[in-house]
Amino acid sequence: MTPSSSLDTAGAAPHDEHHDDHPSYLVDGTTIKSWLLTVDHKRIGVMFLFFILLFFLVGGIFAMLLRVELLTPGPTIMDAMTYNRTFTLHGLVMIFLFMIPAIPAVFGNFMLPLMLGAKDVAFPRLNLASFYIYLTGAVFMLWGMLNGGLDTGWTFYTPYSTHTTTTVAPVMFGAFIIGFSSIATGINFIVTCHTMRAPGITWFKMPLFVWAIYATSCIQVLATPVIGLLTVLVAVENLFSFGMFDPARGGDPVLFQHLFWFYSHPAVYIMVLPAFGVMSEIVSTYSRKNIFGYRAVAYSSLGIAFVGFFAWGHHMFVSGQSTFDAGVFGVLTMLVGVFTAIKVFNWVGTVYKGAVDFKTPFAYFCGFLFFTVFGGMTGIALGTVSLDVPWHDTYFVVAHFHFIMVGATIMAFLASLHYWFPKMFGKTYHEGWGLVSAALIILGFNATFIPQFLVGNNGMPRRYYDYPERFQALNVASTAGASLLAFGFIIIACYLTYALVFGEASGKNPWRSKGYEWVSESPPPTHNFVGPQVTFPEEPHFYVDPKKAEVPDAV
Amino acid sequence: MQSSAHTADGTANVPRLAEHFASLEVQNHAARLGMWLFLATEILLFAGLFVCYGCYRFLFPEAWAAGSRSLDLTMGTVNTIVLITSSLTAALAVHYAKEGKNKMVGVMFALTLVMAVGFLVIKYFEYAHKFHIGTLPGRYYFYEGMQMPGITLYFTVYFCSTALHALHVIIGMTVLAVAMVRAFKKKDFGPNNYTMVELGSMYWHLVDLVWIFLFPMLYLV
Repeated sequence: MTPSSSLDTAGAAPHDEHHDDHPSYLVDGTTIKSWLLTVDHKRIGVMFLFFILLFFLVGGIFAMLLRVELLTPGPTIMDAMTYNRTFTLHGLVMIFLFMIPAIPAVFGNFMLPLMLGAKDVAFPRLNLASFYIYLTGAVFMLWGMLNGGLDTGWTFYTPYSTHTTTTVAPVMFGAFIIGFSSIATGINFIVTCHTMRAPGITWFKMPLFVWAIYATSCIQVLATPVIGLLTVLVAVENLFSFGMFDPARGGDPVLFQHLFWFYSHPAVYIMVLPAFGVMSEIVSTYSRKNIFGYRAVAYSSLGIAFVGFFAWGHHMFVSGQSTFDAGVFGVLTMLVGVFTAIKVFNWVGTVYKGAVDFKTPFAYFCGFLFFTVFGGMTGIALGTVSLDVPWHDTYFVVAHFHFIMVGATIMAFLASLHYWFPKMFGKTYHEGWGLVSAALIILGFNATFIPQFLVGNNGMPRRYYDYPERFQALNVASTAGASLLAFGFIIIACYLTYALVFGEASGKNPWRSKGYEWVSESPPPTHNFVGPQVTFPEEPHFYVDPKKAEVPDAV
Repeated sequence: MQSSAHTADGTANVPRLAEHFASLEVQNHAARLGMWLFLATEILLFAGLFVCYGCYRFLFPEAWAAGSRSLDLTMGTVNTIVLITSSLTAALAVHYAKEGKNKMVGVMFALTLVMAVGFLVIKYFEYAHKFHIGTLPGRYYFYEGMQMPGITLYFTVYFCSTALHALHVIIGMTVLAVAMVRAFKKKDFGPNNYTMVELGSMYWHLVDLVWIFLFPMLYLV
């Protein structure tokens, strides 16, 4: 296998004859043990993918149950207590088991070493441990959910969470354990970026996905310990009543909220920053243009990570904060918008005058841009104290965070699943079905949450089991949109499973991308690179040399 | 490649280079960087409790003063001295590991462990006294001599932070015990192979550092 610095030969790159010497990671050891005890970052990424999709299914089923319940006022399919448990479990599963690990643990794990020209992450055994820690935490959480479930909402607000008779402690302990997995992954990625870059890949030649994962890892490492402590305190309080947040003993529930959001607001960026990173890769590949404003995009990832730590107070505008505090947090919140806007302008600048290849991942990019811009702008509106007070705890907020946090993350998750599917499995999927399901999902997502913006603006509070007649039309619309969304996911599940088994071999680089991860074979062999040190192109996604471009304003 | 003949059985005391690292320096650098990041997470873990301390101290200054005076300052001071000394021996272990004096590494860690046990024993007596008179967290508080708003919170913070710290002492002891056994049995620490000793020692310094913050916060001010 001769390493080549040129990626142009891509698509037709023969790789079958190499399989005898250096089998791909997928077939290098086929026993169950060789998977379960692997330290290969690629196999760990694939195992994460399996479980994350499983939990996405679980969270999605809870979501559908909620939407069906809200079809009519009053009881539809469940009683009020079941409803409270269902929305709590939907939130917990989606946030802790799906969205936080989704992109970093699957695609970060798989792509980061490939993009840095490394053979593995810095601590492969810690990486495997983080997978099993994640599973252990998930088992605790699901066990708690099956044994009574909890009805506090995913925010565990005290004093309710310390007094409710539902099973809070095991679920919180599960969240605590998953935190370790998140920290381990974060430490691993930061150290990998610092020490494992191949010769020639300097900091400002790292792919933008790596920058985004780096920024995410910083948040994971710095914020997660605080929620870890907090979950333990609340679990202990729930079991033994130590009174740390109990107003009857002088404890302050608002202190709980501060500590909770000190993690949970940055956690939003743990979910969405990797999504931004994925999109920076995809927009370059499918526009066939160098990313516009590389450094600005890289720095804005770090900027979001930094500012994200100082915006938590906007969750507590009505929790008795002083007006001054609320104003300061409002301004800091809007700074996040500035950094996000830098990214949006650069993505649009990349597409501008590009030769766009409208494949499935690019369709998701379009949906992503829409959700980021509109979700982001409603975020600016919610960050304004005077507007937030009437909107607080209504469906407007629900729709806002489903747009920016969930919408952007799911678009990016699906985009990267399609974009990197050939890289991970060496197979191609059916492009037509890909575009159809992308259209269904984007439409379905809008149809689900635009009615929620409207119903929230009309005053329907979130987390309520019952609602007056006049909200019914919009709720039915939202449920209809959710079914569309579910239908889109079923199509994806079908054709990707089919592609996995019967799909045609994709070749080394079906998208003719010049991202660094495509330098290795697809799927890559164990240890990624065989033979002498690979030389990388002078920068990732280098399609046009701006100095030699025929059109002066092409880049 | 070793200049000094410090290994008893003559084995080359170079650690295994994992296949994915370019060189041994990179591998050691990665290990140290990973440890520093981990220590940062530990500090943030305790930071949450420090914030609770700060808020409630601001809300209940009288309870905090009374609670602080009720602690046994002598025992606390002795414990601080014990723990700082144990940090010194842990640091000396790194020094000896760099010189390849494996026996001294083992002895230094053994001394550290003895002091760590001493720390926990003294802590046990302090806890036992509190269980006896009833200065306990939350609803378990039954001490008649000191009743004022927020006093149970002081002991909640006291017990949560010292118990979490004690847990870290125990984890640190496990790490150091592993390194000690290796120094006595395998005797393979040397100028090129002291990362394990160094990391274990770094963790022990963190345990010490947290106590250096907890001691004045809980006992002195």
